Amino acid sequence: MPRVSIWFIRSALIYLLFGFTLGAFILTEKGTALIPTAWQLLPAHIEALLFGWTIQLILGTAFWILPRFPQEPKRGNEKVIWGVYILLNLGILLVAVGSFFLIHSLLFFAGRLLEGCAVCLFVIAISPRVKPFAS
Amino acid sequence: MPLLTRLFIRTSLIFFVFALLVGVLLATQALFDLPSFISALTPVFFHAFMVGFVAQLIFGIVFWMFPKYSKEKPRGSELLAWLTYIFLNAGLALRLIVEPMQQTGLVARWKGLLVVSAVLQWLAGLFFVANTWKRVKER
Repeated sequence: MPRVSIWFIRSALIYLLFGFTLGAFILTEKGTALIPTAWQLLPAHIEALLFGWTIQLILGTAFWILPRFPQEPKRGNEKVIWGVYILLNLGILLVAVGSFFLIHSLLFFAGRLLEGCAVCLFVIAISPRVKPFAS
Repeated sequence: MPLLTRLFIRTSLIFFVFALLVGVLLATQALFDLPSFISALTPVFFHAFMVGFVAQLIFGIVFWMFPKYSKEKPRGSELLAWLTYIFLNAGLALRLIVEPMQQTGLVARWKGLLVVSAVLQWLAGLFFVANTWKRVKER
């Protein structure tokens, strides 16, 4: 597994636990009505589990497992994928933090913009590897 | 494919069908005057789909295909993996039953069960992360 995939997947695991923790707080509030501010965590809960966990895991695994090129660099330009990793995680943080502190619109926009750039970069970098094996 | 992976995947497919049936029911409510109980199923739809299907499918595939932990324990701790499966499904099932009933006021006194569900699912996440972390490596 390449180093950048390790970072993607371990970050995804951290977000999984973070997202489950927020979800547990919200569900506890539903059951007890003891922590009304828990509802403020809902957008961060969704962001952590959708982008932080699911999408990040998929991107890291795709870079690891899709067919490689016969010549070096066999997985394409890894520096671009590091850029994807940084942009995506900055984007997730901005959206999650922005939604929690109710300074939603500006941080939300910046976060989504970074996530969009990350996804576009990833698509451009990974497309040549969507091919039959050994070609 | 290990037995536990087959269980994860088969259970995830059951949740997939269940989630889409609930989705159809929710969409039907927009067309016909169905009981208000139906609209309380929105969180059931999302969690059956995202936790029961998507996350559970990923858990099963990761347990099967990620780099081996060691020769003696290729998939890490089998106990942690089984506890992940049991806690995730027990917690989710509990939630899917109690949450809509609680929202419609049918079983208000049982709503403490949602806390049990939250703890079970959180532990499942913790066990999965603990068991997978060591397998995310170069070889």
